[in-house]
Amino acid sequence: MAAPKVISRTSTQEELASDYKWGFVTEIEADVPPKGLNEDVVRLISAKKGEPEWMTEWRLKAYRYWTSEEYREPRWSKVSFPPIDYQDIHYYSAPVKKEKGPESLDEVDPELVAAFNKLGIPLAEQKALTGVAVDAVFDSVSVATTYQKQLEDLGIIFGPISEAIQKHPELVKKYLGSVVPYSDNFYATLNSAVFSDGTFAYVPPGVRCPVELMTYFRMNSEGTGQFERTLIIADKGSYVSYLEGCTAPMRKTTQLHAAVVELIALDDAEIKYSTLQNWYPGDKDGKGGVYNFVTKRGKAAGKNSKISWTQVETGSAITWKYPSCILQGDNSVGEFYSVALCNNHQQADTGTKMIHMGKNTRSTIIAKGISAGEGQNTYRGLVKIMPTATNARNFTRCDSLLIGSKCGAHTVPYIEVRNPTAHMEHEATTSKVSDDQLFYLMQRGIKEEDAQYMIINGFCKGVFAELPFEFAMEASQLLKVSLEGTVG
Amino acid sequence: MTSNNSRPLLEVRDLHVSVGDNEILDGMNLSVGLGEVHAIMGPNGSGKSTFTNVVAGRPGYTIDRGDVLYEGESILGMFPDERARKGIFLAMQYPVELPGIRNREFLRTALEALREARGEVKLSVREFNKMLEEKAKAMDFDPDLMKRNVNEGFSGGEKKRNEILQLSVLDPKLALLDETDSGLDIDALKIVANGVNAFRGPDKAIVLVTHYQRILNFIKPDYVHVLIEGRIVRSGASDLAHELEAQGYEWLREPAEEAETVGATGRPS
Ligand SMILES: Nc1ncnc2c1ncn2[C@@H]1O[C@H](COP(=O)(O)OP(=O)(O)OP(=O)(O)O)[C@@H](O)[C@H]1O
Ligand SMILES: [Mg+2]
Repeated sequence: MAAPKVISRTSTQEELASDYKWGFVTEIEADVPPKGLNEDVVRLISAKKGEPEWMTEWRLKAYRYWTSEEYREPRWSKVSFPPIDYQDIHYYSAPVKKEKGPESLDEVDPELVAAFNKLGIPLAEQKALTGVAVDAVFDSVSVATTYQKQLEDLGIIFGPISEAIQKHPELVKKYLGSVVPYSDNFYATLNSAVFSDGTFAYVPPGVRCPVELMTYFRMNSEGTGQFERTLIIADKGSYVSYLEGCTAPMRKTTQLHAAVVELIALDDAEIKYSTLQNWYPGDKDGKGGVYNFVTKRGKAAGKNSKISWTQVETGSAITWKYPSCILQGDNSVGEFYSVALCNNHQQADTGTKMIHMGKNTRSTIIAKGISAGEGQNTYRGLVKIMPTATNARNFTRCDSLLIGSKCGAHTVPYIEVRNPTAHMEHEATTSKVSDDQLFYLMQRGIKEEDAQYMIINGFCKGVFAELPFEFAMEASQLLKVSLEGTVG
Repeated sequence: MTSNNSRPLLEVRDLHVSVGDNEILDGMNLSVGLGEVHAIMGPNGSGKSTFTNVVAGRPGYTIDRGDVLYEGESILGMFPDERARKGIFLAMQYPVELPGIRNREFLRTALEALREARGEVKLSVREFNKMLEEKAKAMDFDPDLMKRNVNEGFSGGEKKRNEILQLSVLDPKLALLDETDSGLDIDALKIVANGVNAFRGPDKAIVLVTHYQRILNFIKPDYVHVLIEGRIVRSGASDLAHELEAQGYEWLREPAEEAETVGATGRPS
């Protein structure tokens, strides 16, 4: 099968004169219940989706837990922001459909399609042009899923989680909350109560998913929170590569994004999860932007299973996320490859947790942090070797690159070893774009800005190499756009 | 010859350069015409690299006085990349390692930038690869080094050879070669010399910094200059290099006791 392809957003024409290339707002009537959160709103969200009772109950359980006294946002991360007024947020915003519901791609609201076209993902062309199945989540509702037929023939389920709740309740019931319980942390609990949509994927035993599955997330309505929920299950001996891209329009006010992603890999299965996160980072003075408080965790549940996270985080005002692996099966493998960029007033506290439980489990962590402007970048990671994890191995490498003198890079690695056979390696470097390197490139005729990008790209190489090819190109474009005006 | 010959390609006028409080170039003058090869020799620390760096626009130096003209125009206010696009190339004494940047991509990006500046059409990837392959072959350049990151883990000799490969691919007008012959084995020296000779031509000029007369057997200079303490103290034809090889630099140093000598003649101090 030919290499899967992704249509790149960056190929779109100039949309606006601003620095943030994806900051347009789409005029679509939105179905927005009033701001604020209480049990009725939770019930309303559930009812809007026509959810079965077990789902409503689960949400309510989470909501009650969330409102319990003493339950608060985690305070240990190195990010700071004013208190969030959770009653000043819309918890649900779905684009109002002009007629019934789109039965096929042709019937999708043309405005919506146009919006996606601006993003560089023309849904209508997906089938013909790409090998990527796209599930597009606009605000919080899955809009259209392409490539459905081919996947169905293989028994692969891929689509909105709201649909999976209806059609595959046994799978959802079994796995939802099995990796990230509703009581996991403040944001995950909130998500469990109010999630409105997200992606569900299931790959049956022995099936190698022939295309990259992709979801494009976009926040549109002002004052809305986005709480999508993703659940991916790779059954025995299966393989799936999943991509997620995120953008949001420019807003003066901050927007909350509290997603939860759960991955489950059974025996001999592999899940590769790649993220390009480009939520609006706020303006140059730090106004507005997305608070990206996300819980992502994968369970390598079966023997010889593998979970691999690759993330390129260029957007958001604040990023708080630690895509993690629970290495439960013997010989299971966890990987985390990350590029996190903080420019202007962006703050990122990101990293991973590798929990080794099975024998001969291996994990690799490659984290690259780029700080520019007044950005503050923290790598925070935990490698935990449980007593049962005989012969576990971990390799960790954290590199920080500083651009300018007002930014910061911090590395906070925690290591907890409870089995003496563990083998741990840790490397960390901090560097600046060197004047000698810049001069060398410029002496060959390359403009300073381009020279800077070449060096920065070179710095990220080991992570970009983990991305599907077209995504890697897009990732380096994203870096470039995100650093515009900073270098050079 | 062409009317271009009426004015030098590179003209250095009374150049005074310092780093911090340290005055390095102390009134250097040099004129390099098209078609010419100039060798600059001189003791360690005399300012040879400083000179080539200043012409290429490396930051970190203070120009206290004087000017550097290229094609009749002062270039001291230009950024290094602008100078490169005008045709100035510096093969560095210590080529820099560029982690994560592949040699091939680097060369292609650089050539693209130069070709655009020269108003030449873009080469396709295939055309570029073909050209590169030929040039690399002519220089006996290990093709594997094209796939590696620029100079990363290259041996000393491989780095120098890489500089000359770049010279040959980028095809500038003025080549400043700073000790490109240092650290090369005898075969590599010939290969590098061949590369430089292939570049040589009526519309090119070369300034070659070296410590050894040997390379000048392969690349015959039109002029040899001796730089001592930031000044050219002697210029001559290629046999000057032989003289230096035999006698060293001591005889060319300005007698530091000059004042005393004068004093000895009876003038009051
Ligand atoms: N950035 C700098 N900071 C301080 N001193 C410098 C700097 N650059 C050059 N110098 C000094 O200027 C003098 C000339 O240096 P330069 O590298 O130009 O010498 P050179 O003639 O190329 O010597 P060599 O033959 O050893 O390569 C030396 O004394 C050197 O220490
Ligand atoms: Mg030198």
